[in-house]
Amino acid sequence: MMNSEYLAVFLDESQEHLQAVNDHLLKLEKQPEDESIVGEIFRSAHTLKGMSATMGYEDLAHLTHNMENVLDLIRNKKKQATTEIIDIMFQSVDSLENMVNDIASGGDGKLDVTSLVAELEAIEKGSSQAVKEAAATTEQVDLLEVYDEYERTVLEESLEQGYSVYQIKVELDEKAMLKAARVFMVFDVLNQLGDVIKSSPATELLEEEQFERDFIVTVVSKDSGEVIKNKILKISEISDVVVQSMTSFVHTTQAEDQTLQPVQEKPSETKQEPEKGKDAQKAPENNKTIRVNIDRLDILMNLFEELVIDRGRLEQISGELVNAELTETVERMTRTTGNLQEIILTMRMVPVETVFNRFPRMIRNLSKDLGKQVHLEIVGAETELDRTIIDEIGDPLVHLLRNSIDHGIETPEARMAVGKPAQGTVLLKAYHSGNHVFIEIKDDGAGISRDKVLNKALKNQLITEEDARSLTDSQVFGLLFEPGFSTAEQITDISGRGVGLDVVRNTFESLGGVVTVHSELHKGSTFLIQLPLTLSIIDVMLVETGGEKYAIPLTSIVETAIVNKVDLFSAHGQKVIDFRGKVVPLVFMRDVFNTPVADLDEDFYSLVIIQKGEQIAGLVVDSLIGQHDIVLKSLGNYLTNVFAISGATILGDGEVALIVDPNALIK
Amino acid sequence: MSVEIVEEQMKVIIFQMHTEEYAIKVSEIQSIERMQSFTRIPGTAPFIKGVMNLRGVITPIIDLRQKLGLEEKEADETTRILITSNEELILGLIVDGANDVMDIPVEKIEPTPEVVGGVEAHYLDGVVKLGSRLFSLVNLEKVMQD
Repeated sequence: MMNSEYLAVFLDESQEHLQAVNDHLLKLEKQPEDESIVGEIFRSAHTLKGMSATMGYEDLAHLTHNMENVLDLIRNKKKQATTEIIDIMFQSVDSLENMVNDIASGGDGKLDVTSLVAELEAIEKGSSQAVKEAAATTEQVDLLEVYDEYERTVLEESLEQGYSVYQIKVELDEKAMLKAARVFMVFDVLNQLGDVIKSSPATELLEEEQFERDFIVTVVSKDSGEVIKNKILKISEISDVVVQSMTSFVHTTQAEDQTLQPVQEKPSETKQEPEKGKDAQKAPENNKTIRVNIDRLDILMNLFEELVIDRGRLEQISGELVNAELTETVERMTRTTGNLQEIILTMRMVPVETVFNRFPRMIRNLSKDLGKQVHLEIVGAETELDRTIIDEIGDPLVHLLRNSIDHGIETPEARMAVGKPAQGTVLLKAYHSGNHVFIEIKDDGAGISRDKVLNKALKNQLITEEDARSLTDSQVFGLLFEPGFSTAEQITDISGRGVGLDVVRNTFESLGGVVTVHSELHKGSTFLIQLPLTLSIIDVMLVETGGEKYAIPLTSIVETAIVNKVDLFSAHGQKVIDFRGKVVPLVFMRDVFNTPVADLDEDFYSLVIIQKGEQIAGLVVDSLIGQHDIVLKSLGNYLTNVFAISGATILGDGEVALIVDPNALIK
Repeated sequence: MSVEIVEEQMKVIIFQMHTEEYAIKVSEIQSIERMQSFTRIPGTAPFIKGVMNLRGVITPIIDLRQKLGLEEKEADETTRILITSNEELILGLIVDGANDVMDIPVEKIEPTPEVVGGVEAHYLDGVVKLGSRLFSLVNLEKVMQD
């Protein structure tokens, strides 16, 4: 496709605008009278239309065009934003999303939109005539532009030097598809004839096609108005040009002895010029952020990882050489790289909002489908997480939310019967704590029945009768995440298809996260997800066992300890210790990893107490080396499914150490 | 648009294992490294020797002798690691010594006899006889696959 280099931008922006339309439609449903919301939706739809037309996606453009018409009616108070209209709008947005996704995955973005278009047109009909008239009157633009002092000075000096100043209103053809391109051509022509001093809307908006059909430019030129008009009219898809010669400017100030701005020849340069005008107050805000391709951030991260590895090497060398100056320099470098690390990591942080913002819409549809009344409350949407984690958590969260509504929240009747408000509440909350981000999904629904879970687990032979009696509540609820478990008595297409919470748990665990459930019968359930802030640089405890070094992620470590051999007990052939009043099973790393060096005969064991959810175990190692920041690296595609190893890292001495996956060591 | 182009010559790296000489296309080899220390990976097949740090990249190393069904040999001065990589993975192959780059005429490649010096024919693409020397062409794709 010829526009392939713009495709990424197109997709990015389309998704943003679709999201904006979604959000605002939801708001509009609650406040149908609010014109500013309609305006927002209109703007997004309009931009979408322009972009998709430029890119040649006609179905997209066609549908957005019709949406725009209906929105225009609402905006001009010719129509009420009724639920029916909003429903059709939502359906249209769905279709648009499908098309954009299709384009993203390499498709041509074609979709049969005729029925939706017909529905939109049906709404539009009847009042459309009136609208056109109304639109025509609103489009009567006052040709008198407002200039700021700087612009006035330039214009007046131009007049003094024998130039003419024109205000030109250019109207594009109704069917003009490539509006930005036409604008560019107009500017090109104008820049050949003279200088563009100002345009309204501002050039950046024109480039983004954020205008209806016409725009006004102020030009200084030595040519006559007639020449300019004819030249512009030669550009195709221009329907009308009005040129007005100007001789005075509102509230003239004393012209100072200044030379005229040098003639700018490149259109791109002149284009920046008008920004100084009307949008001056808007511009600084725009300059505060830039869009950076995520790939670049990944490269930066990779380079930084190399640096962290070299830092480790330097630390080791300086430790060996014991040179005060070297040590000092290395320490300073460690501090600087520490700061650098923080900055790079923050740069990769994205607010969870990007995931959360699609949920209100989903909940709306879902509760309608299920005949339930659900209010979704989102707290902490600004909480930030690493981009790589953000990309992964969407689907599992959707699953948990669906679960809450399908199995948690009761029907309005059932709720009234037990004295709860008819509308159920689902709280989606994100917050930081230490090195983790927590995401909580809490509903005030029926809660989980311990007995039901136990019965199901017994039936599926996940546990024995014996277990059933001794399990704690949280252990019982943990069974929900076992493969093949589903408590729904009826299978709906929303959840309860057997593929379920185990997949959710696996996804979170693969991200280094932990999921836990708390529930109180008749009061509701809470799913708590703990996620690491970032994936690639982690804190580990380095240990040595059988002559080999291993790294254990600090997130799974409860504490370390040294125990005397005589304190070991044997239960069912399993070595255990009594640790802080708890019986802790021991896992010998030498045995698990079959290390080559023979057993050391010592009186004491070094223990690393690890935990997975509620369960803990003691990992027996030869010695504890210490805590380190390491760069997590994958073992690559050749070595897949290595038991209890989640990756590798390069140590300060250049050697590779394997990273232990403690989750695999606790049964 | 793909037209079958018959290459006249094929550039290969010649390396030794046991008493035989083998060849791998130069284009498939990223670099040749001296033997260096690596980290054992517990619970993997015996021919997987471990992973090493190749300029910041964690690179799995396999013993090509063992992989092809030859007996093991202690590493010595001439032992080399051939690094091969494609889009999906990177892999290091331990061989006895890599000493030559040659052009071999493509039409001289003959089908592999059932067993060449005890090596499973499965991993070979064919044999080439040049003068008094016989080279077995290693099929890297198959080696990397299983």
